[in-house]
Amino acid sequence: MSFAIRKSGDVCVVDVEGQLIVGNRQELKQKVLDELERGERRFLVDFSQTGYIDSSGLGVLVSLSKKIRESGGELRLASLNDDLKTLFELTKLDTLFQIAHSRESGLSSF
Amino acid sequence: MPPFSDPRLPHGHGGFPIEVSIPSDVRFIEGVVGLVTRQCVERHLSPTDCNLTVPVALTEALSNAILYGNARDSSKSVTLRATLNERDLVLEVVDEGTGFDMDACTIDPTSPDNLDREDGRGLYLMRALMDRVERYTDGGNVVRLTLHRRLTLHRK
Repeated sequence: MSFAIRKSGDVCVVDVEGQLIVGNRQELKQKVLDELERGERRFLVDFSQTGYIDSSGLGVLVSLSKKIRESGGELRLASLNDDLKTLFELTKLDTLFQIAHSRESGLSSF
Repeated sequence: MPPFSDPRLPHGHGGFPIEVSIPSDVRFIEGVVGLVTRQCVERHLSPTDCNLTVPVALTEALSNAILYGNARDSSKSVTLRATLNERDLVLEVVDEGTGFDMDACTIDPTSPDNLDREDGRGLYLMRALMDRVERYTDGGNVVRLTLHRRLTLHRK
C-alpha cells in the first residue's frame, strides 16, 4: 500500500495503491496536508488501484475535504470501482463528494 | 512494517477454520484480513463478498477491538475465529475489553448532522454489509459477524 502524489497542471493527483484503512490513513492525511501547506489547492484522489476502504479511510477523506475547502480549495474523487461505489452509496458520501468516473474526467472537471 | 513479517501470523494456511491472535496494533489488521479473504476467494464466495463485504466488515471489527476493546494496550491481544460451511461464513473477533452496547454505539452516519463527521461509520458499515452482527461475552468480548453465502452461477 502506498500513496503517490503527482502534479497534473494545477491539480495534485493522489494515487491510492492498495487499501486505505486505519493502519495507513494518517500517512495519506499527512501527505495531502503537506501539499496544502505548500500552497496546493486542487486535489484529485484516484482509486483505480485501490482494493478496499474502511470507515477510517472514508473519515480521512471527509476530514481532508473539509480542511481543503476551508483553505479555499477542493478535493474530488475519481475511478471508483463498483464495490467502492457501493461503499460511498451506503454511507451517502456519494452526496458529499464530486466523483468522476475516470482520472481524465476528474482532471477536466476543475 | 509489513503485516506478514510477524511470525505469529500463519503462513500457507490450509483454510477454514481459521484461528489467529494478533497484538493490539492496527498494523496487523491487513494481514489477517488478507488471510481470510484469500480463503474466501478459494472457496468461491462472490467477488463482492471477497472484495468489499468481508474485508471492510472484518477490518471494522478488528480495529474496534484494538482501538476500543483493548484500548491499544500492547499487552492485550485480539483473536479472530473464522468458519465457513455450506450456508454461512462466521467471523468472531474477541478482545479483552468489557464489551459495549452495540445499539447505543451505532449512529446513523447518513443523517445530515453526521454526514461530514470523520468518525462513526464502523458499526454502521458492519451492520449494513453483513447479514447479522451480534455481541456477547464468552471469556472475552466477542463480536460475531455472519454472512449468508449467496448462490453464484458458474459459467463454462
